[in-house]
Amino acid sequence: MKRVSYDIVIVGSGAGGGTVAQELSPLCRQGLRIAVLEKGPRLGDHEFTGRELEMTGALYEDGGGFLTADGTMTIAFGCAYGGSTVVYTGTSMLPPERVIRRWDVPGLTHADLDSRARKFMAENNAHLVEDDLINENNKLFVGGCRKLGYDVQQFPVNIKGCRGSSLCNLGCPNQAKQGTDRVQLPRAEQNGVEVVTRCQVLTVGEKTLAVRVTAKPAGAKGDPSPWEPGDYLIDAKIVVLAAGAVNTPALLLRSGMGRSLPRLGYGFTSHPAFIMVGEHARPIVNFVGHPKSYYLDRAESDCHVLETCMYFPFITAKSLAGFGEPHSAFMRAFPRLQMILVLACDEADEYNRVAIDGAGRPVVHYRFQPKTIYGLMSGAYTAAKILFAAGAVRVHMPVARETTIEASDAARLEEIAAAAEFRPGKTPVSAAHPQGGCGMGSGPANSVTDSYGRVHGLPWLFVADASLFPNSLEINPYVAIMALADRVAQRIREEVPALL
Amino acid sequence: MPLDPDPAIFRAVVSTIVPEAAALDEQAWHDLLQVVEALLRDRPESLNRQLRMFLGAIQWLPVVRYGRPFTRLHPAARARVLRHLENDRILKVRVGFWGLRTIVLAGYYGRPQAAQAIGYAATVRGWEARG
Repeated sequence: MKRVSYDIVIVGSGAGGGTVAQELSPLCRQGLRIAVLEKGPRLGDHEFTGRELEMTGALYEDGGGFLTADGTMTIAFGCAYGGSTVVYTGTSMLPPERVIRRWDVPGLTHADLDSRARKFMAENNAHLVEDDLINENNKLFVGGCRKLGYDVQQFPVNIKGCRGSSLCNLGCPNQAKQGTDRVQLPRAEQNGVEVVTRCQVLTVGEKTLAVRVTAKPAGAKGDPSPWEPGDYLIDAKIVVLAAGAVNTPALLLRSGMGRSLPRLGYGFTSHPAFIMVGEHARPIVNFVGHPKSYYLDRAESDCHVLETCMYFPFITAKSLAGFGEPHSAFMRAFPRLQMILVLACDEADEYNRVAIDGAGRPVVHYRFQPKTIYGLMSGAYTAAKILFAAGAVRVHMPVARETTIEASDAARLEEIAAAAEFRPGKTPVSAAHPQGGCGMGSGPANSVTDSYGRVHGLPWLFVADASLFPNSLEINPYVAIMALADRVAQRIREEVPALL
Repeated sequence: MPLDPDPAIFRAVVSTIVPEAAALDEQAWHDLLQVVEALLRDRPESLNRQLRMFLGAIQWLPVVRYGRPFTRLHPAARARVLRHLENDRILKVRVGFWGLRTIVLAGYYGRPQAAQAIGYAATVRGWEARG
């Protein structure tokens, strides 16, 4: 086994790892050696083709098919240079004050997170898309919401030179999205940080990591790892884990840290979601333009947030409930479809958690709480109203007893929604915002880390990703992750003399 | 085909989930199966085994109710069998059907020809492609 040494090792290169890498990279000029270890591949610009299965296979963990333990929810998260920032839509949201207050983490204030978040919003070019680049799928959502008196809002998105391919979730083929793969990681590398791709961390021990570098499979996308395939032992004086809310808790658990950290893995939330689809009588501009420009925040009143979205043929087919002719009829209407994503605001509880199986692989135990189900059901009802108000001639509601609702039945919507049924294993639910598992707090009895991401009792070990969230963020999380990672980097910079 | 020693069972299931699949020619079926095989290649053997067993159950369970296997039922009866599985009171059965349905939909809609057939035409050029 080969042995290498670094001063600081960062595990993961997404919103958390990429941010820490950038913020610590000036230390390289002082002679410190810093490495980022990324399990996924690094793709060349020409490899982002926008082809659905090809790109999901290359950029997502398990090709986008990671399932909860009972198989009732898909959790989608990135596995590539840039992590999930390669496959998000770039919606850039400030952490809500109500949520940070509710988190009640000693030492963490909304004002502090907010100022850091704004720094990254500016750095990533987050802005409101110009009106003439908003497509009809989004405009119909706005129109429907306004007709119903809802306070619809526009998402700031972190794009630069967007050509409107609508393929954000397959990795932008035009390199317009300002993820860590475009902004923070290149800067970190310019300053001397090494990024090692195709490098999975097996365990982390006292200032030591056991890692495995894999060869590039035949025919796969991406560069080979800069390191020879094989097992390595890495000595590191400071370790920052930013492998995401599924993989970071799992890594700590398989490293045997569950005994001293009883809350490890707990507090997992994910914003479970499904899509609502409305069919219009005429073709609309839906798969051209940025797909996610507007949202309706009803988290406080009804436990859900509605967002515009536009997915690809297979993901759309998978997300529609049922099968046979009613399902096919919506698929054949693709150019006439308006889509809305219904996200439920779930809450941390004692059941939903990340664990590991006998081989040390992550297992997510997830049960839909009554509040989550309420959020999805009430969200479906609200979305159906919006779709009809926007002019849809029929709507697909995945929880309705008859999933196709004609406009002539729109007046009966309340009755239809009341009779609807959420059925785990039948209702198509997926989540793309895994959070929690290494929550911040005051001590090991209620948390895994302090408010600066330092793991309780281990001064050299930090966490800097969405697993830090002690509860659901209730909005798209990447900016909040960057803000928290910035705090982690600040604490490390302050303590470098003592820690090295 | 890792799913099914008898391709007729899988074909019958695909054509029930996506009725248009019944009209696919041999080349299109070949493409569909290629997509499915590629998806299952990197999955644990236990998953492949479960799917094979699930397909076997779909083929033979209808004998109890209809007196003939799934592949010999008319389309409406096939749909009833699958709907029963989709709504089964046992979670594992519902999840099993969900998994099979997902693979079928990937195979069918993962093909560029299917995207073309439903009018999905997103391109890298985005707005420019609209002229």
